[in-house]
Amino acid sequence: MEAYISLFVKAVFIENLALSFFLGMCTFIAVSKKVSTAMGLGIAVMIVQAITVPANNLVYHTLLKEDALSWLGIKGVDLSFLALLACIGMIAALVQILEMILDKFFPALYQALGIFLPLITVNCAILGGSLFMIERDYNFGESVTYGVGSGLGWALAITVMAGVREKLKYSDIPAALQGLGITFITAGLMSLGFMAFSGIQL
Amino acid sequence: MSEILNDETKKVLVEPLVENNPITLQVLGICSALAVTSQMSTSLIMALALTMVTACSSAAISAIRNHIPSSIRIIVQMIIIASLVIVVDQLLKAFAYEISKQLSVFVGLIITNCIVMGRAEGYAMKNPPLESFIDGIGNGLGYSLILVIVAFFREIFGSGKLLGMEVFHLSKDGGWYDPNGLMLLPPSAFFIIGLIIWAVREWKPKQREAIEFKIMSISHGEHGGHH
Repeated sequence: MEAYISLFVKAVFIENLALSFFLGMCTFIAVSKKVSTAMGLGIAVMIVQAITVPANNLVYHTLLKEDALSWLGIKGVDLSFLALLACIGMIAALVQILEMILDKFFPALYQALGIFLPLITVNCAILGGSLFMIERDYNFGESVTYGVGSGLGWALAITVMAGVREKLKYSDIPAALQGLGITFITAGLMSLGFMAFSGIQL
Repeated sequence: MSEILNDETKKVLVEPLVENNPITLQVLGICSALAVTSQMSTSLIMALALTMVTACSSAAISAIRNHIPSSIRIIVQMIIIASLVIVVDQLLKAFAYEISKQLSVFVGLIITNCIVMGRAEGYAMKNPPLESFIDGIGNGLGYSLILVIVAFFREIFGSGKLLGMEVFHLSKDGGWYDPNGLMLLPPSAFFIIGLIIWAVREWKPKQREAIEFKIMSISHGEHGGHH
């Protein structure tokens, strides 16, 4: 149990996908102008991440890994080079299915999150989460923890960023630093803050 | 060669470097760019990989652009890009194993790099293969330029080296330079990109963003301004 808590804290704070691995930066910068929108996107990323990482974990362990096909009686096959293609296909398909389910059963939620879902397919944070899961060889339980944790970390980062940017409207920024430039500097300062968690051991 | 490098081609190749740089101006593809910039060698390989994938995928997509039904074009583009990335990934594992370990998942993340997808969708779907190829190289180089600049500063100030060779003599070996540990941590990449954008926009004011909220000067009359 402790190992899972430790992994969770690590995924949320220390190895924050946005601020220490620069994943999902394009959307992180583009959609962090308003807290409400940022939070919506953050929640959508968290849900998709929590579904896709375990799903990709299952696919990887039952189909792609070396000797994974032995349950079919096929020995010595290593399809792990297909992991990239399988992950991105799985993510695209799951996002599509999620969109349809939300549209059918939870129209209110679809209204709120629907516009973000297509954006998420090409969000590096989602693919990055699955690739990290494969590289670090997580088991199913760890992949669930990691999926939820890394999604939460990303959501936290973009929401805080949007909060800071809303306040930045009132500051007098040099003309050439307006917009993108100051956003990067802010992200750097936030990343510095998140680095402070790196000493925590559970 | 002179026939290929006519004005249009040159424009397509050179414009993305500064005038229309994908990172500083279009805010594309910064995602995986920064995580590998703590060393020059990894970022050069990353830049090369991305340039090749962008150029080849643009050419391939452009070659079949008239046969792709528009409703499934995204998935077709994605498959082409993913296959090319797998090729690059396997090549790196075969010929530069150490570097491919350091690049870890970031080669795979080229798939979701917005530059590749953006050029495929924005340029290759409307232009013939050769132009698309060159456009891909141009945009790849624009990205590489930023990546290499960031890596240059991070490596030289963070560890006093360039491409693994000592440039500043470190104080722990009896030299004069104390390495700046912050430069090896992720925040420094954000700061450097921010400063690069500031510098480029100071130089090319056309790239500045419109100020959304202008600060008005309040006149401080005798009776104050709150009436």
